Amino acid sequence: MRVEITVNGQPHTREVEPRLLLVHFLRDTLSLTGTHIGCDTSSCGACTVLLDGVAVKSCTVLAAQADGRAVTTIEGLAGEDGLSPVQEGFRQCHGLQCGFCTPGMVMAATALLAERPDPTEQEIRNGLKGNMCRCTGYQMIVESVRWAAANGGAR
Amino acid sequence: MIGSAVPRKEDAALLTGRGTFVDDIHRPGLLHMVYVHSTEAHALVTGIDTEEARSLPGVLGVWTARDFADLPPRPSVPGLERGYLAGDKVHYVGEPVAVVVAADRYTAADAARAVRVAYEPLPVMATVADALAPGAVPIFAPLPGNLALEQQVTPDDVTADLAAAPHRLRARLVNQRCAGTPIEPYGVLADWTGAGPTVWATVQAPHRVRAEIAERFGLARHLVRVIAPDVGGAFGVKSSFMPELFLAPELSRRLGRPVKYVETRGEHMVHTYHGRDQIQDVEVGFDAEGRILAMDVTITVNIGGVPDPVGIGLATLTSYMLGGCYRIPKIAARYRSVVTNTTPTASYRGAGRPEASFLIERVVDLVARELGEDPADVRKVNLIQPEEMPYQTPFEGIVYDEADYPAALDLLLGELDYAALRAEQARRLADPAAPLLGVGLSTFVEMGGFGPTPLFEQFGYLGGWESANVRMQPDGSVIVLVGTAPHGQGHQTALAQIVADQLNVPFDAISVLYGDTAVVQEGTGTMGSRGMPVAGNAVRQAAVEVAAKARTIAAHMLEAEADDVVPVGDGFQIKGVPEATVTMAEVAVRAFKPHLLPEGTALGLEHTAYYEPKNLSYPSGAHGCVVEIDRDTGRVTVLRYVCVDDCGTVINPLTARGQIHGGVAQGIAQALYEKVAFDPGGRPLAASLEDYMVPGPLDLPSYETHHIETKSSFNPLGAKGLGEAGATAAPQAVVNAVVDALAHLGVRDVEMPCTPERVWKVMHDAR
Ligand code: FES
Ligand code: FES
Repeated sequence: MRVEITVNGQPHTREVEPRLLLVHFLRDTLSLTGTHIGCDTSSCGACTVLLDGVAVKSCTVLAAQADGRAVTTIEGLAGEDGLSPVQEGFRQCHGLQCGFCTPGMVMAATALLAERPDPTEQEIRNGLKGNMCRCTGYQMIVESVRWAAANGGAR
Repeated sequence: MIGSAVPRKEDAALLTGRGTFVDDIHRPGLLHMVYVHSTEAHALVTGIDTEEARSLPGVLGVWTARDFADLPPRPSVPGLERGYLAGDKVHYVGEPVAVVVAADRYTAADAARAVRVAYEPLPVMATVADALAPGAVPIFAPLPGNLALEQQVTPDDVTADLAAAPHRLRARLVNQRCAGTPIEPYGVLADWTGAGPTVWATVQAPHRVRAEIAERFGLARHLVRVIAPDVGGAFGVKSSFMPELFLAPELSRRLGRPVKYVETRGEHMVHTYHGRDQIQDVEVGFDAEGRILAMDVTITVNIGGVPDPVGIGLATLTSYMLGGCYRIPKIAARYRSVVTNTTPTASYRGAGRPEASFLIERVVDLVARELGEDPADVRKVNLIQPEEMPYQTPFEGIVYDEADYPAALDLLLGELDYAALRAEQARRLADPAAPLLGVGLSTFVEMGGFGPTPLFEQFGYLGGWESANVRMQPDGSVIVLVGTAPHGQGHQTALAQIVADQLNVPFDAISVLYGDTAVVQEGTGTMGSRGMPVAGNAVRQAAVEVAAKARTIAAHMLEAEADDVVPVGDGFQIKGVPEATVTMAEVAVRAFKPHLLPEGTALGLEHTAYYEPKNLSYPSGAHGCVVEIDRDTGRVTVLRYVCVDDCGTVINPLTARGQIHGGVAQGIAQALYEKVAFDPGGRPLAASLEDYMVPGPLDLPSYETHHIETKSSFNPLGAKGLGEAGATAAPQAVVNAVVDALAHLGVRDVEMPCTPERVWKVMHDAR
């Protein structure tokens, strides 16, 4: 089937299998490999992207369901002026180690800050509860998001 | 730069989606490999029907064990050689039985599902008790009693010492099976072009992997290139020699196209090797003050269905560390490694040492409980004192380096406000409406800086050293090649900090490369908390040599003696003559002008160092955990987690804190959430992230971290390593807190993981 999906502002029209997952569309069809796959049960959140501005797990969405919609991936976050505040927060506060959960974590945090510009620690933990990190133990991720909240927010 | 909390060099790429993990790599004509895994725990394979799978469009083939009969076995326990796929028999659910290659991953998965395997079930032994039972069916013919290894680690006989001790107690402790669960699963991409393969793989020791692949295929090592690109966490589980490391290159050779294998999470949970899984029987003798006089320990390890050459002997490390940070004069230790119909076990963060620390820290608490003493006081009575360092343990060759265990405990007790916590605990106990409060301590020591070559050889490595090449470019910038293969630890950053200090070069002018056998000189890898104590020292040593040569050249340029030239600012000057200076960049250019160099000076400005550690290092510290237990549900909440860590010299406080946090998180996870369980029929009960409870952000607390920095005299940097410290220290801090909260009920032990269900049951049974 034919889908037209706008990814990071760029429209893409492709012929896809109806069962193709959005995450594979991004990674394999468009070679946007920043979005990762960490599980097969919608548990880990490594595949989190924004679909029309809402954080979704792209392993749980068919490419067909994204037809006519806009996707933002980790590749679309940094602007001409460099890293987004969330990305910079993760760098400043060592919110990543291996970096595998990071794209999903950064996208989820971006969506969280868009909704709640000044979240408490508990609100951050709650907002990221669909995302797993095996390296950091989360505290420095929480600190990263708070840094971002204080330095520009969701942009 | 050593000691500064600089943000990492690694982050810019990883934060923008421009990291390179194995599954991100594409090659022209790429094919996808998928396993067919055993669905039986113990069975004869009576037939494999591949016809339907082969007939699917896009499938290039299906292969079974006999198709690889010509390949020499995988790295194995001698006498128990393991192939790549199960042959006539399967030994656990998840064991690969066949392999499918197709043009895309969806088709490959379809084809794997279409392969029909016929089994004739055999009796299943999913526990060590079942496997050791009289008359149990042997899982392997050469192991009639399913005992793969029985090891007497100390010749000490403590029977008389125990008999003479004023007090004695026995305990059985269980260190449950855990799954490493890096968020990136295992992956391999092999592209066999010309005379040999290039293999991208999620591994921790690329040179070792290269050697093993070369040996299997009868190739000279230069023809095999192994690359560990960005690796998404490993925690030891990516150090095992999984069959895909060899099958992907072999199939690439046969098919003449690149072949990629990336396991699914479901596969990871049953296929990639697990860790821990020890039952520990301990008897300890002590006096009225709680001074431990002798200890007798028997460890039984469940090593799973196909013995792993590392997994089979890990309890040796457990045995070595049984004394913890205490002065225990006599320890008798032995272990048995038992095969069962479960996924094999091998390294997981700490690999053998957390199990020891858990044992001794639980034992100290039991001793305190028995005597009605405070666990902090019993620790103080037994702690090795700083003036006794280096301390020879009862185990030959196990000598602890400098540390101040009592100071770490004191700092911890102060930070916890221990007396106030005890008062609050008593207050809550008296108030039936208040949740119970428990405080747990863990004064731990572990083994890091792996390791002197003779020790590391036992695990099949060429050596225990690490290598570094430090090379100055003609513009004064520096490239470092190091033999480690980090996967989140931040070596690009920390090693650059070490070089910056030695060479007086800006941090931003240094790049660190690793993980590619075609680029990096012979190396060892990343495991065993060896990054800073071993690789850090190799890098330092290479940089020292480069600095010395730069100084010689600078002296020549300044027409002075080398001894009269000192580093200043961005170069050198003649001591006391501020106008007589040269910059490092000028020296760097000069190093490439043979006609302008001092007599006998070799061209270029670089040095390769191999650093062999004289000894292991012994990171230590004191952790404290405060938990609250809901009286009605048994739910445990960690209220505070406080760490005092002594990893020796801290290179980068930011990344050091990250390592501690991550380790503690995994330790708390083991204590409260995680367990790989099997039903009596050997069916895995934790086959996905829905069933295996990797904690999320709401399940873990904030951590309070403090440092004591006692430099190790065993290496020039004074670093001890810290990748495994948190995971080693934390489980027993949490369990001690849980048991402490329930002590008034007469509870002595709660088995991990301390789930609400289990805690509730313990509380209920105790009433
Ligand atoms: S890959 Fe989508 S939730 Fe894990
Ligand atoms: S940084 Fe490794 S999983 Fe989060």
